Amino acid sequence: MLNRVSTYFYRRPRLVLAIFLTPPILYMLVVYLGSLFSLLINGFYSIDDFTGIIVREFTLRTYAQTFNPANREIFLRTASMAAIVTVVDAMLAFPLAYYIAKFASRRLKTWLLIGVTIPLWSSYLVRVYAWKLILAKEGILSWFIDLFHLTGVLDWLLSFPAIGGSSLSLSPIGMFIVFVYIWLPYMIIPIQTALERVPASLLEASSDLGAKPFQTFRNVILPLAFPGVVAGSIFTFSLTLGDFIVPLTLGNSKFFVGQAVFSYQGTGGNIPLAAAMTMGPVLIMVVYLLIARKLGAFDAL
Amino acid sequence: MLSKSSDTRPKASWALTLAALGTLLFLHVPMWIIFLYTLTPEEATYTFPLPGFTTKWYGVALQRPDLWRSLTLSFQVAAIATAAALILGTFAAAAVYRSNFFGRESISFLLVLPIALPGIVTGIALRTAIGGLDIPFSFWTIVIGHATFCVVVVYNNVLARFRRTSATMIEASMDLGANSFQTFRHVVLPNIATALLAGGMLAFALSFDEVIVTTFTAGQQTTLPIWIFSQLSRPRDRPVTNVVATIVILITFLPIFFAQKISAEASDTEGEMK
Amino acid sequence: MIKNPAIRFDNVSRHFGEIKAVHQVDLEIGDGEFFSMLGPSGSGKTTCLRMIAGFDRPSEGKIFLYDRDVSNLPPYERPVNTVFQDYALFPHMTIEDNIAYGLMIKGMPKIKRMKRVDEMLNLVRLPGFGYRKPSQLSGGQRQRVALARALINQPKVLLLDEPLGALDLKLRQQMQVELKNIQREVGITFIFVTHDQEEAITMSDRIAVFSEGKIEQVGSPSDIYERPATEFVAGFVGTSNLVSGEIAKRATGSTKTFSIRPEKIHLGFAGDTPAAGMAALDGTVRDVVYLGLYTRYLVEIEGGADLVVIEQNLKTTSMDVLSAKGQKVKLSWHPDHISHLGS
Repeated sequence: MLNRVSTYFYRRPRLVLAIFLTPPILYMLVVYLGSLFSLLINGFYSIDDFTGIIVREFTLRTYAQTFNPANREIFLRTASMAAIVTVVDAMLAFPLAYYIAKFASRRLKTWLLIGVTIPLWSSYLVRVYAWKLILAKEGILSWFIDLFHLTGVLDWLLSFPAIGGSSLSLSPIGMFIVFVYIWLPYMIIPIQTALERVPASLLEASSDLGAKPFQTFRNVILPLAFPGVVAGSIFTFSLTLGDFIVPLTLGNSKFFVGQAVFSYQGTGGNIPLAAAMTMGPVLIMVVYLLIARKLGAFDAL
Repeated sequence: MLSKSSDTRPKASWALTLAALGTLLFLHVPMWIIFLYTLTPEEATYTFPLPGFTTKWYGVALQRPDLWRSLTLSFQVAAIATAAALILGTFAAAAVYRSNFFGRESISFLLVLPIALPGIVTGIALRTAIGGLDIPFSFWTIVIGHATFCVVVVYNNVLARFRRTSATMIEASMDLGANSFQTFRHVVLPNIATALLAGGMLAFALSFDEVIVTTFTAGQQTTLPIWIFSQLSRPRDRPVTNVVATIVILITFLPIFFAQKISAEASDTEGEMK
Repeated sequence: MIKNPAIRFDNVSRHFGEIKAVHQVDLEIGDGEFFSMLGPSGSGKTTCLRMIAGFDRPSEGKIFLYDRDVSNLPPYERPVNTVFQDYALFPHMTIEDNIAYGLMIKGMPKIKRMKRVDEMLNLVRLPGFGYRKPSQLSGGQRQRVALARALINQPKVLLLDEPLGALDLKLRQQMQVELKNIQREVGITFIFVTHDQEEAITMSDRIAVFSEGKIEQVGSPSDIYERPATEFVAGFVGTSNLVSGEIAKRATGSTKTFSIRPEKIHLGFAGDTPAAGMAALDGTVRDVVYLGLYTRYLVEIEGGADLVVIEQNLKTTSMDVLSAKGQKVKLSWHPDHISHLGS
């Protein structure tokens, strides 16, 4: 009996394919793409300023609103933060990725990779929370800064209006540190993968041709690892762009995109504006992904 | 068979070793600090060095019914989201692996989208859709949201395993007289079992501590991460939050650790077979 | 016509879109034969094997197994088993469970099948290996397990898909002998796919030479080697000199293309008179390669053609043979040793 059922399906590979494919595709199309579509549509609605009720009529007003000076400033602030975080993450990630890919023994490599992936999968929220403790005015970092008599330097840094605040735990500097920390594993893995693919003979060939270690690094390793850096930057950039937990926890009244979206839809009740605002990161990420694909980053993912 | 060529590796310079070690510590030390703070007797601030030492907060946390409710809820959500992800992800992986159909590339893209786009996009998109359809926000809307980004984790793990498994093994099984169902039971399932386990554990960990999408898809339900999040912006129970954070780390650490171990071992045995 | 053939291809084609992997093949394989399918990769030999096994179905035509049309049966309903190129052992099972797999599926009780497994392990000379895992075995040992796993089901036909391809030369030669012995012992029809002409010639009762989805020639190893039917066979199986046109006429009296194996040509001095009944051509030695056991000469025939000649170094030394370069020579051979080509 089962044999006959089996044979029925064996002769119809397309039917089997359809059976396998339908549930996941249907789910993703209906739930996910459907939601994204509804997000897009909601941006074309508006909100009645007096009653606060959503007006379901087509208008470009809401999207236009995302370009007003206040929102433009939010986008600029968020994108700058994402860019700086990405660059610093790449610089921090490189030595460890390089060490794992080219110097660690087989055993050590397994453990180092686990050491990098555990923070990657661990609770993002808890990892943010950890920095709330570390950066607190009376916390551990301040204690160390005080130990080295650097409190003056810190106060001087915090006095700058663009990056400062009342304490590290309530300032853009603090946010920056946390962003760098949170997304770092996302940068290490792709760079390590890219470096892993650089054959050792290439490095030997370079030094054989007379290049000093630094020259080999500059002329051979760096260009070959670059797709990995771009791949990692997709994550660091995208995740910083859309995050609202860190700004809500450590930021001040100067909004970031995610935070703005969160507050528009929550306390503001303005879902259309929130929807329109999220299309900003989506658009930026689509452009970013297209450029990344050009640079060959997808192979390193 | 197994060549141990890795011993011929060059030695890293001390500067590189130091930098690598520094980065690794930077990744891990902050999490230990939470544990340290669970032991502080100080309730209102994060004073360092700790003014004393106590373990009483663990007892206090254990007696909080709201925490137990949140913990149970998070477990239930993660379990169901993981089960859904296991089925959907395995189906998608099997389809992509076994045939070369039109649009195969877009499947991976579609599945990876929920984790490639910022979480807030997924969150608010689901919120507008669910709200627009007048579906009440509930336990199930949380699960639906979590499943969207858990599928890709299972999919990636299972697909990678399929690709490592020799394609002729399935043919060999049928050649030896096993029909499709027997082949699945005796050959396919045992071979992808650990990949399912690894993918499932990662999906569980991912769902268990997810907060961004959940804030948009939950109604009155408070998952454990939502509880922590409320403490982040308006801290009321600092010592208890420390304990909860430690518990979350512990609960997610084991599945993640074993999932990574399984994946590492799978690629090791693959090396041996070649 | 073979009486009661084990396998019969009746005008079988397998097309993948525009690609004609196998095109209008007719073939009969006798009961108990050691039959090889020889050809370069992409010649259709593996596709033919996969159609016999049931992994692939003919686009046109029919395949018969002892007069039963099996063209549309799934693999698990065919009394045919396969030894795969990569062995395809199940990595999660012990050797014992691997070998017993087919019997387990059939529902044979454990005690009974374990007895059979022991017999098979003895047959392939791996007694006591039952509890190991495939990853603990060497390539040659895995090969034997794959063989045992297929043979334990007592298939009517055993298919072998380049099973020796992954082994090193010495082990390969050893396995060739062993395979042949096992085949004699079990008496099952073996169909052996290979791209190695030497292997096919060593082991087979008959060989089918494949090229571009078609069979070029079917015959015994000596037929294939000594009487190649086509230019392709002459070139693919061993080295061959093809002679045509004006030069062919000088040697045989006809312009029809013929082939002659390098070792069949006798190398003589320019002034020699060839023995009675021998065909002959004059030429100049252009190149000499000393290869230890024998020497390979490239001789340019007046009128343009180059012929390769191989002579064993029975009495000559490297000094002697290398000095032949540039000399005028006379090539002669027995007319029986040439083969006229069909196409």
